[in-house]
Amino acid sequence: MESTVIKSRNFNASFGSNHVVKNVNIDIPRNHVIAVMGPSGCGKTTYLRCINRMHELIPGATCEGEMKLNEEDVYQMHPIFVRLKIGMVFQRPNPFPNLSIYDNVIAGYKLNGIKLPKAERDRIVEHSLTRVALWNEVKDSLNKKGSFLSGGQQQRLCIARAVAMEPEVLLFDEPTSALDPISTSTVEELFHELKVNYTLIIVTHNMQQAARVSDKTAFFFLGELVEYDDTKIMFTNPKDNRTQNYITGRFS
Amino acid sequence: MAQIETELQLLKSEAINMWTLVNSQLNKAREAFLTFDKDLAREVVLKEKRVNGSELKIDRDCENIFALFCPVAIDLRFLLAVLKINSNLERIGDIAEGIAKYVIDAEAPFSKELLEVSRVLPMYEEAVGMLEDTQSAFEKEDTILARGVFKRDDLLDAVNKSSNKVLEAHLKAHPEDTAQALWLISIIRRLERVGDQAKNVAEEIIFYLEAKVLKHSKKFA
Repeated sequence: MESTVIKSRNFNASFGSNHVVKNVNIDIPRNHVIAVMGPSGCGKTTYLRCINRMHELIPGATCEGEMKLNEEDVYQMHPIFVRLKIGMVFQRPNPFPNLSIYDNVIAGYKLNGIKLPKAERDRIVEHSLTRVALWNEVKDSLNKKGSFLSGGQQQRLCIARAVAMEPEVLLFDEPTSALDPISTSTVEELFHELKVNYTLIIVTHNMQQAARVSDKTAFFFLGELVEYDDTKIMFTNPKDNRTQNYITGRFS
Repeated sequence: MAQIETELQLLKSEAINMWTLVNSQLNKAREAFLTFDKDLAREVVLKEKRVNGSELKIDRDCENIFALFCPVAIDLRFLLAVLKINSNLERIGDIAEGIAKYVIDAEAPFSKELLEVSRVLPMYEEAVGMLEDTQSAFEKEDTILARGVFKRDDLLDAVNKSSNKVLEAHLKAHPEDTAQALWLISIIRRLERVGDQAKNVAEEIIFYLEAKVLKHSKKFA
């Protein structure tokens, strides 16, 4: 039986009086890819940012309800520890422009003041870049700035940076929307490989991407989780009319 | 209206036109068969090219919609259903052509007694009725009507099953009807296939509308 890594119960999030995530209940199984989709403003990114407590960094943002990582309340844990366990990759590749590729990968350790022997740092850099299929492309230029890489390579570098911390869950917010189709395809292939070791939660506007890469899909609308099921079912026989209207492009 | 909706509506119209054409072919073949009207039979054979053309056009349109619009959910089921329905309709068109070709080649009309004992005419009526029901079910998105088609196939099966014995008995008394009886057996087998094709089409309509796969299952469970 598959175990649950993230569990939300009656989870709500707001910006001041604007209630953007409403009573979400969801179980996210370990080593799966979960796609989160819905129209703009439906609360999907806010929900994603609540999982690793990024939401609370915004002034006026509040949340309530249960959000558990391996049955442990995320909101009772230290936020830094939460973000070590739940990494995040954003829409636009954002490597540290002044850091080398090598330093970008181990930035999480450096910024958190974790000191490691050189051999261990080398191992982490090689291991992380290999995991994101970037090692062979950059192994001879590790000291070059990350910003010299192509967009797709930069995004994989950002994923390597998240992977370097050995998280359990990786959150992706529109990870390929700024990439060309070839880089998108490379990153999508990566998702299939990464899920062997991690659980991936991906917010995407690209429904075909959701269909291609995910095992399960969640559809949000007006802050509510309307439907959450196996991706094959969601894209062939969704139960809720709102889901069907959205994925068939008939949403008004 | 989303562009995909427009495309799917156009495809639905094309499928309905194909249905009407195939229905007309089957009806005209019956008329030619009953009245021994060779001109009408030739018309059926000529129009078969239109059926084939419609099949190719619908296939091509489905392919384009798949490639350009990446349909999902009910749109995907609709397209898959139309593709299979299209293929079934084209085969029914072939059957109508086959019956018409017999009329063209035949030297004399069927003996009335042979038609009577074989029950081929009520069988033909039922086959045409089944095809008409599938068309109405598709147009009106009516799965109850589509389900009714499965039951109607019983008569076709019964006539087909009894045909060998019935014709054998008839031939003992009328050995001069042997050539016609052989043709009649062939027509009965073809009509039985029309019933099967109509059932396949009904299954596809139910799959499209209810997402239920009835293939290889008991239809009345």
